Amino acid sequence: MKISAFHLMPHRELPDDFEKRYESVWVTPPWHELADAERVGQYYNWTLDELMFAARAGFDGVCTNEHHQNAYGFMPSPNIMGAVLAKATNGTNVAIVQMGATLPTSNPPIRVAEEYAMLDCISGGRLVAGLPLGSAMDVNLCYGITPMEHRERYREAFALTLKAWQSRELFAWNGRYYQLANVNLWPRPIQQPHPPVWVPGSGSISTFDFAVDNDVCYCFLSYSGAKAAKTMMQGYWDVVAKKGRETNPYRAGFLQLVAVAETDAAAEAKYARHVEYFYHKCLHWPIQYLSPPGNQDYRSLVAAAKSNVRRAEDTKALRYRDFVEKGYVIAGSAATVRDRIKEEVVKGLRVGNLMVLLQIGSMPHELTLENMDRFAREVLPSLRGEWNDEGWVNSWWPERLRGGAAVPAAAPVGAGRA
Amino acid sequence: MTPAGSAATERTIPVWDGKVRIRVQSKGSGPALLFLHGPWGLAWDPFLDELAKSFTVHAPEHPGTTPDTPDDIYQLDNLWDLVLCYDEALQALGISGATLVGHSFGGMLACELAAAYPARVGRLALIAPLGFWRDSDRVVNWMMLDPARLPGYVFRDPGSEAARRMFGTADDPDAATAARVRLAWSMGATGKFIWPIPDKGLKKRIHRVSAPTLLVWGKEDRLVPPVYADEFTRRIAGARVQTVDGAGHVPHLERPEVVGRMIRDFVAG
Repeated sequence: MKISAFHLMPHRELPDDFEKRYESVWVTPPWHELADAERVGQYYNWTLDELMFAARAGFDGVCTNEHHQNAYGFMPSPNIMGAVLAKATNGTNVAIVQMGATLPTSNPPIRVAEEYAMLDCISGGRLVAGLPLGSAMDVNLCYGITPMEHRERYREAFALTLKAWQSRELFAWNGRYYQLANVNLWPRPIQQPHPPVWVPGSGSISTFDFAVDNDVCYCFLSYSGAKAAKTMMQGYWDVVAKKGRETNPYRAGFLQLVAVAETDAAAEAKYARHVEYFYHKCLHWPIQYLSPPGNQDYRSLVAAAKSNVRRAEDTKALRYRDFVEKGYVIAGSAATVRDRIKEEVVKGLRVGNLMVLLQIGSMPHELTLENMDRFAREVLPSLRGEWNDEGWVNSWWPERLRGGAAVPAAAPVGAGRA
Repeated sequence: MTPAGSAATERTIPVWDGKVRIRVQSKGSGPALLFLHGPWGLAWDPFLDELAKSFTVHAPEHPGTTPDTPDDIYQLDNLWDLVLCYDEALQALGISGATLVGHSFGGMLACELAAAYPARVGRLALIAPLGFWRDSDRVVNWMMLDPARLPGYVFRDPGSEAARRMFGTADDPDAATAARVRLAWSMGATGKFIWPIPDKGLKKRIHRVSAPTLLVWGKEDRLVPPVYADEFTRRIAGARVQTVDGAGHVPHLERPEVVGRMIRDFVAG
């Protein structure tokens, strides 16, 4: 399987009473009360250093994502981070996994197609092209897109992006939301017919259908862990089977929070407060932000209204041991972490493209590197062979990186390709 | 037509080349009056009964807000499409030179119709209409409120009978689910035309309104502050404002007899 290091680029020093004093970590947190640009510059550099550390340590890919007006993750342009990583990882077999630039917030959306083509060129064909719908907070609340148009715009932009990468001729796009008379992308991606496409989702039925119909890798970017995702991912695999696709595990991606230490007890001592910071502060927002009226289509709205017993758990009432026990976070010794990932994520969800979040909330730089180092040395090698016995091809991974293990960087960082 | 006290009659008018179906409830006798509802859907209420004593009231449901035809809303891209749909609906109803009454979102729409088709509108009564934006008095986005707090923004007294009728949950779980879905979808379908700020260019078009105009505002409107009445009165010649004591954003539901009388007097005057 393929294992990538994911990063949110969070604010690591929110005040202790943040969740009591402020209504939300997203959309409305006041910058001038909570942040300092010089310090935030340090966060960005730590983030890049941590992902580069992961790249050198043997991870298969490095992942960035897009959020807006959000103190738990503020890479409004993941492609700026991706550009740094693409250049700095030249000479390695590490994939640049953009999870990614959000189509409905990019106008015109061929901007994403262009920037991804640039990243593919710079990295020598190592791009994984995440094409997310984007959250309601980012797209509707921060970027002003009408909730009822959100999915329609996404679907049109998705089709436009795929065509822009592949068309041999200049074409005109006369769409409902986008009209471009001369689409003629410069540059085009190295990977043909186009870079592998991953579509992140959060469990919506209509996204399952969309992912399977378009033959992409569906990625569940959950903060609730694999245990809680089991029913939902089974729903995805049911759609895969129903639509007659092979149940190739590489058709699925999953994000799991992970913390590794010498022993289970040491993990608690080192990571408990950072895990609690993440769930108590970073995921602090009014529940109605998730779905303004019209954001869900009618079918999903009816389904959600009927199953209102399945309300999200109040994570503010939980502590470290609850998060570990319930599987929100897989934490402990290397053996514990390895066994739980194999059981709960790999087998439990049938996932071939694993993403792990190793910098969690307030976790400082040095501890993040320690977590990454332990994971890379003591956990990752025993996971890499998963699924090999079944002989699946990871069609959703850059073709030139599909062979064996990633090799640590031979060339000095920054030396450039070839 | 129908006597007050009896149930409203119902008909569905196909517009937009048959792709959008507008269900219209009608009741009463006298000159025609069109009522355009706000963001929370249409329910026949004591205010409409009050009007039906003096008028033949036609109350259409905005595209998409009728439970049988939720996806009709996807046929319309913008406010211009919606105004054209209503022109077609008025044509089908045979309404010309009638009184238009609109509340909130429906008030904005009534004003747009009066600007686009001055001849269709005899008199215009706008109850807490949307359509303008002031940075100093921001309209509260009801679509982003905690559902538990929404009634307190719409009604001065969220515990009132009228508030329970709009937001209350039925005892029967299926009915409660249907009500929740209908409320959310009504907000989404009407919100499509005003997200994220309910200023969609009425200020460029409102000078075309020639009908005598009455503005009605609840004195304690917490959603669209009463100062917004100024935006209308300074642009529509002769427009008058009447405020309603003890009312929030839905004065016609909070004081149906008072607002009903205001409109009757306005039409008679």
